[in-house]
Amino acid sequence: MADLRIKIKNLEFKNPVMTASGTYGFGEEFEDYYNPGILGGIFVKGTTLEPRQGNKYPRMAETPSGMLNAVGLQNKGVDFILENTYPRIKKYDTNIFINVSGSKVEDYVIVTEKINEIKSIPGIELNISCPNVKEGGMAFGTSCPSAAAVVKAVRKVYDGMLIVKLSPNVTDITEIARVCEAEGADGISLINTLLGMAINAQKRKPILSTVTGGLSGPAVKPVALRMVWQVYNAVKIPIIGMGGIMNATDAIEFILAGATGVQVGTANFIDPMVCPKIIEGINNYLERHGFKSVTEIIGALEY
Amino acid sequence: MAKKLVLDFKVSENRRLNSEYVVLTVKTDEEIPSITAGQFAEIKVDGNADVFLRRPFSIQDVDYNNNSLKFLIQSVGKGTETLCNLSVGSTLNILFPLGNRGFSIAPKESRVLLIGGGCGIAPLMLLGKQLLAAGVKPEFLLGARDISALTQTEEYEAIGKTYYTTVDGSKGTKGFVIHHPVLWDESNQFDMIYTCGPDAMMKAVAKYAAKRNIECEASLENTMACGFGVCLCCVTESVKGHVCVCTEGPVFNIKDLKWQISE
Repeated sequence: MADLRIKIKNLEFKNPVMTASGTYGFGEEFEDYYNPGILGGIFVKGTTLEPRQGNKYPRMAETPSGMLNAVGLQNKGVDFILENTYPRIKKYDTNIFINVSGSKVEDYVIVTEKINEIKSIPGIELNISCPNVKEGGMAFGTSCPSAAAVVKAVRKVYDGMLIVKLSPNVTDITEIARVCEAEGADGISLINTLLGMAINAQKRKPILSTVTGGLSGPAVKPVALRMVWQVYNAVKIPIIGMGGIMNATDAIEFILAGATGVQVGTANFIDPMVCPKIIEGINNYLERHGFKSVTEIIGALEY
Repeated sequence: MAKKLVLDFKVSENRRLNSEYVVLTVKTDEEIPSITAGQFAEIKVDGNADVFLRRPFSIQDVDYNNNSLKFLIQSVGKGTETLCNLSVGSTLNILFPLGNRGFSIAPKESRVLLIGGGCGIAPLMLLGKQLLAAGVKPEFLLGARDISALTQTEEYEAIGKTYYTTVDGSKGTKGFVIHHPVLWDESNQFDMIYTCGPDAMMKAVAKYAAKRNIECEASLENTMACGFGVCLCCVTESVKGHVCVCTEGPVFNIKDLKWQISE
């Protein structure tokens, strides 16, 4: 058995496999299949200050090797989640990260302050990249000054681990990553979904109620790998890579490109057992190639 | 509700009903958990690169002795076309039983009507059998475009009295289900109506039931990516706000839905 443990700052993860926000609920939905405590980490559904109903139906379109979603951050609000949901899931023997979303800097700050009160939550993932809300979200992650402002404000009030989730819908991902690092982020996760669109030609209508949505799945993997590799070469803080990971080989590709950990997203919809399979597959790969620890292959791309 | 499983099944029969529909019977070595009519399964479609997500289907029937399930499948796209052409012995990976709320069983002596159209007739077969087992005599009202699209009529007739409507009048009453005279005999009303089928049909049925204060349950089939409450794509507007059809349904009492059906 290879050593699958990774570290981001002082926090240990039992393995590099985590679940992407918005694709794993709060973990409870997977209890019938396996114990979520075997994961390296769980990034729960995007949480906002106020409860949100999300966008109108239809919110989903299947696309070649992927899907578009336009959920729009449907969630019960930070107070409900901290008072009702978190107490139920804190039993999982893994790192639970709350994904923090908002449309104003003040909202991000208030949500983060509330989470900061609960010291058993090791960290947050600052979502400055949601493409499906009209105000804010992705707007913060697509310009350096606004990304800097929100990371700085949140860093000021947060003692735990601050991971910033980046949008791929930018001209140069490295400059955004550098700004986040400079403002005190402990790590970068990427990529959120790519802005996309699907059309029903017969009805001459968009498929999604919001017209545009976020593309995920294997279709985005080459873009995600490229961005992880670019960011790895631009910043010193650890990276959590994601985008179309369907199996252990995909996960290893992200680690080779420079990711310390990975998040599995859309694949959870198709195979609820995919994460345990990926953990096992990474171990098999490491043994087969004679590596003692997964940390040996982080950024180990040879070229 | 029973624990959700993800299991490999083998196709034991692929019965073609007409150019559009097949009934797939699938078998597994594992014991099938208790299924409530209305619950569904997400089937993985292999061998077609264009089909990325699983496809959801109502469970039409279950045979606990043989560990087998039946699905009615209408070929409407690449995923369903692949499934319709599966040969006996093919392996299918199935996630089930999904849906935390199936159809409720009406009290004994109730007069109940099961109204279905298209693929929506599938869960009504299991419901009919479960009602019969509970001592309720189900009646069916099945609608289709024409006689060739009405399938498995003998199976439904074996469970209960079955009425038909076709748009062209080739079988039963001409028109849509809502036009059938059994609904308009005001002296002998139903106590409970169950419905599954196209949206417009279910809304017409719901409107009819609401006007007469008849209890009515509808099974929805919103598009979804996961089927177990994590993608949050299959929402419907309910009195509780947006709720996932896959976890809060797929069967809803129409009183809980925000359908614009009042006059």
